[in-house]
Amino acid sequence: MHQYLLILRDDPAIFHQMSPQQIQEVFAKYVAWRVRMQEAGRLVGGNKLEDNTGRVLSAGPSNQMRITDGPFAESKELIGGYFMINADSYEDAVELCRDCPHLEYGAIEVRRVDKM
Amino acid sequence: MDGEIVEALFRREFGRVVSTLTRIFGPRHLALAEDVAQDALIKALQQWPHRGVPANPAAWLILVAKNLALDSLRREASLTAKADEIARALSPAATTPEVIDDQLAMMFLCCHPEIPRDGGIALTLKTVCGFGTGEIARAFLIQETTAAQRIVRAKKLIRERDLRFELPDHELPPERLDAVLETLYLMFNEGYASGGDQLLRRDLCGEAIRLARLTAGHAATRAPECDALLALFLLQSAREPARVDERGDLFLLRDQDRSRWDYSRIAEGILRLGRSASGDRLTRYHLEAGIAAEHAAAPDFASTDWASIAEQYEQLHELNPSPVVALNRAVALAQAQGAAVGLRELEKIEHHPALERYHLLPAAMGALWREMGDAARAARYFERALACECSAPERRHLEKQLGELALA
Repeated sequence: MHQYLLILRDDPAIFHQMSPQQIQEVFAKYVAWRVRMQEAGRLVGGNKLEDNTGRVLSAGPSNQMRITDGPFAESKELIGGYFMINADSYEDAVELCRDCPHLEYGAIEVRRVDKM
Repeated sequence: MDGEIVEALFRREFGRVVSTLTRIFGPRHLALAEDVAQDALIKALQQWPHRGVPANPAAWLILVAKNLALDSLRREASLTAKADEIARALSPAATTPEVIDDQLAMMFLCCHPEIPRDGGIALTLKTVCGFGTGEIARAFLIQETTAAQRIVRAKKLIRERDLRFELPDHELPPERLDAVLETLYLMFNEGYASGGDQLLRRDLCGEAIRLARLTAGHAATRAPECDALLALFLLQSAREPARVDERGDLFLLRDQDRSRWDYSRIAEGILRLGRSASGDRLTRYHLEAGIAAEHAAAPDFASTDWASIAEQYEQLHELNPSPVVALNRAVALAQAQGAAVGLRELEKIEHHPALERYHLLPAAMGALWREMGDAARAARYFERALACECSAPERRHLEKQLGELALA
């Protein structure tokens, strides 16, 4: 078993057009997925990240630290949150994500924790 | 984390949040209240799967929405102009959610007599009940743009006329209550009509009942006519399980399996009807609930007290002389005194312009002619009914009756 980080990218603007009932339907799927993962012993943890805050630190010219406000994204999609799960392989991790409702409105990046 | 969540929680909570924020920030910030209520739901959607549903979801959502609204108002340049709203939002009174009062006051604002009824219903459904514009359009079988326009116009009137968010604490002006009750009556009838999206329509009836209950139960708004309206809703909706089958086909009162009626609703309806008799105002809701109670009390179609029903339709006709009421009175008279009497009454209104496209008039005449043994005439009337606009289940029912005539 390895740990995999599921990076949840999404565009929150999608939800602005949904009715409360539609939002609840997405929510119910989300909860069902999480409960399934938990009961299968696959879920390590997860969190939602704040949408409109962030800092990016980088080395500027002549070794000056540069700090800019974020979050930064190339497209409209931001990293909105993450899950950490247990899986046997990338194939297994992808299979577990296949019915994650996050895919209905965003993308999931799957990365394995390097244990070497 | 608990996987269970109450049905329609988000829709309900949206209505509560909008109502409470409208109290805090005033009706001219209604659009802001809706925006931040939506944002609070989105935050819940994204955060609750990780952290679990909070113990008090309503308080959580109101707090989140209020903070978002404050951020938004602070961002606006003219901070001084908004100072009073911000101060009010931060005052201790605003943090104890008097949720029921807020929803009632919101409903009285949306159903203000100065707002057209169709706009009042749409705005109530949008803000107090948490329906999306698309859902309102589907429930009323109108275009989404039409629904959106009605809502925009209603909101504009609130701003222009500077309508207030308040629950009258002394004498409730009758026209304010009348407007609210009429809106709920139309909402329920729209939901009770057949056709369209069945689930949405059921929700519409459910909301009309919930809001009628709030109105009838609150010291500031309760009145005998509120009990009468609630009694009417309960008695009508008690028949729902026997009225439509899985396919959406209709069963007329005559053919319903009465063991499927909801008798706890009927009991509550009768109780409410009794309570409604205390005032000195006799409204159409009293009479319509009285008629529904006669049906509910009858063990079967044949033993229904049709004479009493016809008498109540007579009173209803005096109060509200509409051709549709005359039609119902004639149908009751036909049951009480025979098909010939009913037909005589129906012929008086047969050419009423308001009933020209109303399928239930030829449908009733067809049924009575069939009872008189005149199959040819009956068929002509059923065909005429089919030429009018009616819902798919009603159409199937009429076609079935026409088919049975051909077989006989």
